Amino acid sequence: MLSKRIIPCLDIKDGRTVKGINFVNIRDAGDPVELASTYAQQGADELVFLDISATNEKRKTFASLVKEIARNINIPFTVGGGINSPADVAPLLEAGADKVSVNSAAVRNPALIDELAKAFGSQCIVAAIDARYVNNQWIVHTHGGKQPTEKELFSWAGECEHRGAGEVLFTSMDHDGTKNGFAVNALAALHGQLTIPVIASGGAGENKHFLDVFTVGKADAALAASIFHFGEVKIPELKKYLSQHHIPVRI
Amino acid sequence: MVLIKYNAGNIQSVSFALERLGVDFTISDDPETISKAEKVIFPGVGEASSTMAYLRERKLDQVITNLKQPVLGICLGMQLMCRHSEENDTPCLGIFDQPVKRFIPETDFKVPHMGWNSLTKVNDWIQPELENKSVYYVHSYYVPVNNFTSAVTPYTVPFSAAMRKDNFYAVQFHPEKSAEAGQMILKNFLAI
Repeated sequence: MLSKRIIPCLDIKDGRTVKGINFVNIRDAGDPVELASTYAQQGADELVFLDISATNEKRKTFASLVKEIARNINIPFTVGGGINSPADVAPLLEAGADKVSVNSAAVRNPALIDELAKAFGSQCIVAAIDARYVNNQWIVHTHGGKQPTEKELFSWAGECEHRGAGEVLFTSMDHDGTKNGFAVNALAALHGQLTIPVIASGGAGENKHFLDVFTVGKADAALAASIFHFGEVKIPELKKYLSQHHIPVRI
Repeated sequence: MVLIKYNAGNIQSVSFALERLGVDFTISDDPETISKAEKVIFPGVGEASSTMAYLRERKLDQVITNLKQPVLGICLGMQLMCRHSEENDTPCLGIFDQPVKRFIPETDFKVPHMGWNSLTKVNDWIQPELENKSVYYVHSYYVPVNNFTSAVTPYTVPFSAAMRKDNFYAVQFHPEKSAEAGQMILKNFLAI
């Protein structure tokens, strides 16, 4: 049976992991490679690395980091941040990344998804969508959820699928950071609408939230950052919990 | 050991997996180097028709078909070893006289089939301890279960997770991304 996936997300700035990572048994929590290996050993099913470096020059160092990550871990991983064109994607995939995620650039230029899917295949294109619930509508936001757009979540997700995205990564900006659970209703609606997998993001605080996101939210995968980094939710225990509740997970 | 060099998406990942196993290998698209190799890995991520065209242009289609040493096809590599793929109606190498079909999405069965799924009914070169172990998949096309099937994975329909015919071994999943289970399968092939 196809397993539900647990995906830790790491923010990378200038080649280092950021967001106060607090890990025991790790020599250098700022080293993305060491952190990634630790997660792989703990049973993470995939990893996501988001490059939040401010300059293009610093971004170039990201490709060499991607290569080091690929050299050292034996599970799939997605990289994203600042991807605007096929030329940005090629070096990342050549370095060993399995997928790339696109967000604001695709909102600005939706044809980017067609171009990337055509050049590299749908299976490696993740459409990342940040949305907020405003006046009874899920409005797509860009720039880390700060800037509202004219797009609505469900129509945009459908368009991403139609244009060739292989997965949708939906972050509810209303839930992100709250630790009160995922946006399960919106996720269930996305599941009903799309034929491509949906990764849920934003709101995870405890094991139960993951159970809810897979049962009520029907998500294919769930992503979280700080609760893993701070050990508030431990992947081996989370998977054991999910398995006890009859969610198919890889153990 | 030679890893066939072509426009496949996962050459880097397969190389790293072989490095992690401490294997000596070269990456080559030279017919003579490939033909003389002790073992050959035929990786693959991409689209069937353009990849077949690429292989034919370089006569690698004949080279691969005529290999006598152990050959491991991975993902698209396995599909291209079959007779024909529904992906852009592509005639393939025909080592396995089997069709490659597209998954039809159903409720709760997304396409591409992406993520970790289990190996069942393992036999032949896939070790018994891999029964029910999960491996990583990313694909929209599959080979139905057939006489050459060495492991089955259930999805919308049960499909061939692994196959073998004589010296030709093939896996639909990505051993290079399948954690310890994947390493075991690569080691297993290397030990043949």
